[in-house]
Amino acid sequence: MLEFILARYNYWIVICLMMTGLYIVFSRGNLVKTLVGLNLFQTSVFIFYITIGKVIGGTAPILIEDKSKKKDDHSGGHDAHSADHQSASEAPVGFFPEGQSASPDSSAMHDDAGAAEGYDAPVNQLTGVRDPGAAQGGEGSLHLQPEGAPANELLPNVLTDNPDHTADIAKAAGGATEILYSNPLPHVLILTAIVVGVATTAVGLSLAVRIREAYGTVEEDQLETLDNEAERREVARA
Amino acid sequence: MMMADEQAAVAQAAESVPAVSGPIFVEIFLLALLFATAISMIRMRQLFSVAMLSGIYSLLSAAFFVALDAVDVAFTEAAVGAGISTVLILTGVALTAKWEMPVDRERQILPLAIVIVTGGALFYATLDMPAFGEATAPANAYVGQAYIDQTPTDIDVPNIVTAVLASYRGFDTMGEVVVVFTAGLACLLLLGVGAIRGGGRNDDGEH
Amino acid sequence: MGHLILRVTIKLLFAPILLFALYVQFHGDYGPGGGFQAGVIFAAAFILHALGFGLGSCQRVIPPNWLPVGMALGVLIYMGCGFYTMFLGGNFLDYDVIQPDSTHHAGQHIGIVVVEIGVGLAVAATMLQIFYAFAGREPEPMDDAW
Repeated sequence: MLEFILARYNYWIVICLMMTGLYIVFSRGNLVKTLVGLNLFQTSVFIFYITIGKVIGGTAPILIEDKSKKKDDHSGGHDAHSADHQSASEAPVGFFPEGQSASPDSSAMHDDAGAAEGYDAPVNQLTGVRDPGAAQGGEGSLHLQPEGAPANELLPNVLTDNPDHTADIAKAAGGATEILYSNPLPHVLILTAIVVGVATTAVGLSLAVRIREAYGTVEEDQLETLDNEAERREVARA
Repeated sequence: MMMADEQAAVAQAAESVPAVSGPIFVEIFLLALLFATAISMIRMRQLFSVAMLSGIYSLLSAAFFVALDAVDVAFTEAAVGAGISTVLILTGVALTAKWEMPVDRERQILPLAIVIVTGGALFYATLDMPAFGEATAPANAYVGQAYIDQTPTDIDVPNIVTAVLASYRGFDTMGEVVVVFTAGLACLLLLGVGAIRGGGRNDDGEH
Repeated sequence: MGHLILRVTIKLLFAPILLFALYVQFHGDYGPGGGFQAGVIFAAAFILHALGFGLGSCQRVIPPNWLPVGMALGVLIYMGCGFYTMFLGGNFLDYDVIQPDSTHHAGQHIGIVVVEIGVGLAVAATMLQIFYAFAGREPEPMDDAW
């Protein structure tokens, strides 16, 4: 129960924050306050997105300088590098020769093992338990398999054209086993959304300023009364 | 079959290990501060204070973004949310009204009910969500993982966020820049030098 | 017209903030940062200056009629980079064709830097434009005091 709560309390607090913003939008009549509430709601959605992208034990998605990850395909030096990785990360050792034998599937498997290993390493207590399942379980692990697949789909030409692609992927996976990164995709989406958000807030505020200049108030009730009065006068005049 | 059993056992073992660590207290502390700020924003009627509180909220959320490894986002939020946005709301307050009218108690009941129902629905939805920080969660598994794996070979730029922003999703970002540009134009049209002061005051406001 | 401490602080901070904006702009490939953040920081420096020394002195440095040009130019740089890659025979915004022979993805680096400059210019001009639009309005007399 406690674990369940600890794994989800973030979502709940963020939902509370979102609902606070929504409540301000619904309940307050002042246009500026409504915009601030909308801003609050928006920021809470940002927090929610970033929360989803967080990986426990991960670090910020800025690649840490690593010689073996530098792309120098024709130098022939990467065999030694991947051997380095092999010794550095325990789990994929028994698995590695299969990855070398060039079928895309096995390299995907290797990718899986690498990712799983990287996931396990920082959460120390999990390491011993998860490793065998991930490294030996191969095809049996349903939830791990998709991880490698899309990476391969993105890279069809590398897989088919480049003869030493497995070493390449092994390098990439080797990099992933050393350092675990949080998911960069939500960061990109939210980064641009923040700037767009402030720009749209400015449009809303300028509308509020124009309304204040036209009506002398930004309270919704008073605006409605003024509108109704104007309409009644219009009808009376007609 | 044995593999499946093993997987189940692994999953069970993973469930039973509480993920308590140092940062969790930092996160709870920041979230509590965020919540307190949000609540006081509801209660505050002086709009100047509301604007300042929204700046504080942005700064706190920037700190929280750092705790969640999103350094680029934190940077943007600190610069935009706590900087520009606060200044904009303050100038907006200066141009409109300093105080908010009090709202009747009975007019607050319906919004509260709606918000509670919506929040309850969202809460119910989180019960099915993957645990916080799970590396194998669907959101982290597919394209995000591919970006991390491919950036060194495709783009060769250390900052993956920049690589995705400007190269993988360059077209997307172009759309965002155009949106920002359009919003700037809209502000210019509404408030800019050429805009007529006091708009339709003579038509609507006389009484 | 007091605020001596504020003004001295702003004078001290102004240049470092601009320098920091440039650093963030051009170091975005390597560390956190990029065009969006740099543009906002750049605009924030001028907004800070305008808050301390008045809008007029800020508008002498960056006249208001430059800003729509800057906004449009930023978007055009971005789009121009996309069309340039198309003229070179690649896809829209496919930077690899800029330097096809490079083994270090120089094309990608050039493309990213150019595009980020476009973003930074557009965002900085837009933010400053929005601030000018708001700050340029004189507040009407209010019935309620602060």
